[in-house]
Amino acid sequence: MTIPISYNLRNLVARRTTTVMTALGIGLTVAVLLALLAMVEGLRTALEAGADPRNVLVLRKGSTAELNSFLTRQGFQDLKYTPGIARGADGEPLASLEVVTVIVLEGPENPGGMNVTLRGLLPVGFRMREGIRIAQGKMFETGKREIVVGKGIAARYPGTRVGGTLRFGRGEWTIVGIMDAGRSASNSEIFADLNQLSADYDRGDALSSALVRAVDDAAVPPLIQTLENDRRLNMSAQTELAYYQGQMVSAAPIRVLGVVVALIMAVGSSFAAMNTMYAAVSRRAAEIGTLRVLGFSRAGILASFLIESLLLSLMGGLVGCLLALPLNNLTTGIGSFVTFSEITFNLRITPAAMAAGIAFALLMGALGGLLPAGSAARKQILTALRGV
Amino acid sequence: MELVFRYLSLIGKNSLRNRRRSSLTVASIAGSLCLLGLLMALYHSFYLSEASAEQAMRLVTRNKVSLANPLPLSYQQKIAQVPGVEDVMIYQWFGGTYKDARDPKNFFGRFTVDPEKLFTVYPDYRVPEDQKKAFLAERTACVIGRKTADRLGIRLGDRLTIVGDIFPMTAELVVRAIYDNERDNENLFFHHAYLKESMKQQARVPFGDMVGTFIVRAERAEDVGRIAGVVDEMFRNSPYQTKTESEKAFELSFIGFLGNVKLFLLGISTAVTFTILLVSGNTMAMSVRERVREVGILKTLGFTPAGILGVIVGESILISLAGGVIGLALASGVCAMIRGMPSTFADMSRIAIQPSVAAACLLMAIFIGVASSAVSAWSAAHRSIAESLRFTD
Repeated sequence: MTIPISYNLRNLVARRTTTVMTALGIGLTVAVLLALLAMVEGLRTALEAGADPRNVLVLRKGSTAELNSFLTRQGFQDLKYTPGIARGADGEPLASLEVVTVIVLEGPENPGGMNVTLRGLLPVGFRMREGIRIAQGKMFETGKREIVVGKGIAARYPGTRVGGTLRFGRGEWTIVGIMDAGRSASNSEIFADLNQLSADYDRGDALSSALVRAVDDAAVPPLIQTLENDRRLNMSAQTELAYYQGQMVSAAPIRVLGVVVALIMAVGSSFAAMNTMYAAVSRRAAEIGTLRVLGFSRAGILASFLIESLLLSLMGGLVGCLLALPLNNLTTGIGSFVTFSEITFNLRITPAAMAAGIAFALLMGALGGLLPAGSAARKQILTALRGV
Repeated sequence: MELVFRYLSLIGKNSLRNRRRSSLTVASIAGSLCLLGLLMALYHSFYLSEASAEQAMRLVTRNKVSLANPLPLSYQQKIAQVPGVEDVMIYQWFGGTYKDARDPKNFFGRFTVDPEKLFTVYPDYRVPEDQKKAFLAERTACVIGRKTADRLGIRLGDRLTIVGDIFPMTAELVVRAIYDNERDNENLFFHHAYLKESMKQQARVPFGDMVGTFIVRAERAEDVGRIAGVVDEMFRNSPYQTKTESEKAFELSFIGFLGNVKLFLLGISTAVTFTILLVSGNTMAMSVRERVREVGILKTLGFTPAGILGVIVGESILISLAGGVIGLALASGVCAMIRGMPSTFADMSRIAIQPSVAAACLLMAIFIGVASSAVSAWSAAHRSIAESLRFTD
């Protein structure tokens, strides 16, 4: 015979102040954990979204990022016709020569200025990034000092509205459009015309990298092999996805901090739950005795108090999810030491993260409830009934 | 105050009455205050630590566009002529990988510099004279910080291979000197000439006569602000504008790179503080509620409401102070652990529980003690005797 859960629910309601305070403590712990998970998750989404699995990024051998890679126009001509590269509607290979550099933008969140990736490309490069569309304004024209900025940048730097200008290279560049790249990291980039940008930076023949499209998924590994083995090119190749996933190292400090903070807070919160449950046990000594007299077993008492603790922490977990939910979709940015520039991303509270948060809360409840429930179950009937 | 002392033994006995509850509360406050202390120490080491006397003499000049854009080498001469400038040194980030880059243990800064200027621009890098000479004499010599050398088991005379990532070259270096320094002792420096010559052999790569940053040493610390202005003004109309700032400000800009760290630390600290308040407030309310009848008896014995208030609040302060002290001890242990790890930011290698941080934490503990017990103590102290004696929980 089990003790009905309504008994536990009524008890939690009867001691509502204590219940609310303990649940809130657990809730705040879960909220902090969720906020940190949301950052890691948001960053991962930004890095993995938008990268076509058939896109292969070609960098100079030894360089770890587009920023410190070099590719000459001749080198690009040599690799452009590598077998296995898909052709566009015009019959030309889907290969994009690009130049990547960074500029500093100042915004209210970063008054000291923040590095932002500036990418020069040709129309083919834009076509190869299918997830990107112009949300406002128009595309830049070749041969002009015109740029389009990612929506993540537009949202965070007030100076980057359509019609505004930025000064870099050899003059003023007009912002003609804002691009929406879904959730991908291109939202934190600025696109410009390849030739105009490389001329402005004295890099007419020293460009950065190439993005090529394999004909299909199966053609990706052989294409990478061919490019890697071409000693004349002296380039290294990897999928665009792998390149971006490599940047998850930027999330390492948040992840470490998140785990440490959540663990320490969890220790505090489960001690609090333990206190609350011990108080419940000692206050209800007579009740426990009565239950035993009525024929409920020790195991039943143990289960009942454990369930009460779990209910308490479940409430806490739910409160934590509610507290963290407003953070969903908030735009923020983090510096990547790979690209040496900022990646803007949206915080993402995923259902999986919420489930993890609730599981974490239940774990706190179980840890906090086990000992008090044990002591309740061990009580002798007579002493329990006599106790005050 | 007098009141607290008079009732001290009563407070002590009260807090030992329910030992399990008191120790659980102390432990939970200790954990939270340890975290709070760590966050404050982090904040302190980033934003509040003073620049050392030597650091205050130095400025960093870089390309205004960003650190990734270089400056012409010819700027070195021009900056050196600015009045008040003692010396200007090339400071080029080399980067590269040492052994397996995926192992964070192998992470440390690698720079190329003017070897003959390194120890005049950084007199705080202490190196024995014979090692200095050996470092200067050899083109492929390098000097490495004590902490990194100890961590990786590198000794004088060892050969290190650094594979370039920015620069297409493999630097084959010999360790000729090991430097000691309180602030930063983790970097590796080698001759800029070695890098430059290797680059000349690779005409395809457009490095030419460009360099990442210059370290400017001023004659007097008071001139630092003026020099920064003069240097930036000098290159304002050139294609390569500069940004010159104090070394301290330069380091802070790196931390800013991580995003909004201040807001982040503040957010977590607030959540932690709030959680402790809830936890200990809850505990105090529980223990006061258990003692309402006892409070009634104390009153019949002649205790004043103020006395009772003092006893209850005092007990709460005692418990949270005990938690605070243990928490601080834990936090300084963690700080020592962090100091032993390779640090991405110079300031992290000095993280410690400063006296001001310790004081702030203990004040916080007292505040928590008062705030968490105030409401329940007040209502217990002002409940009438008859009502208290009749009270059943």
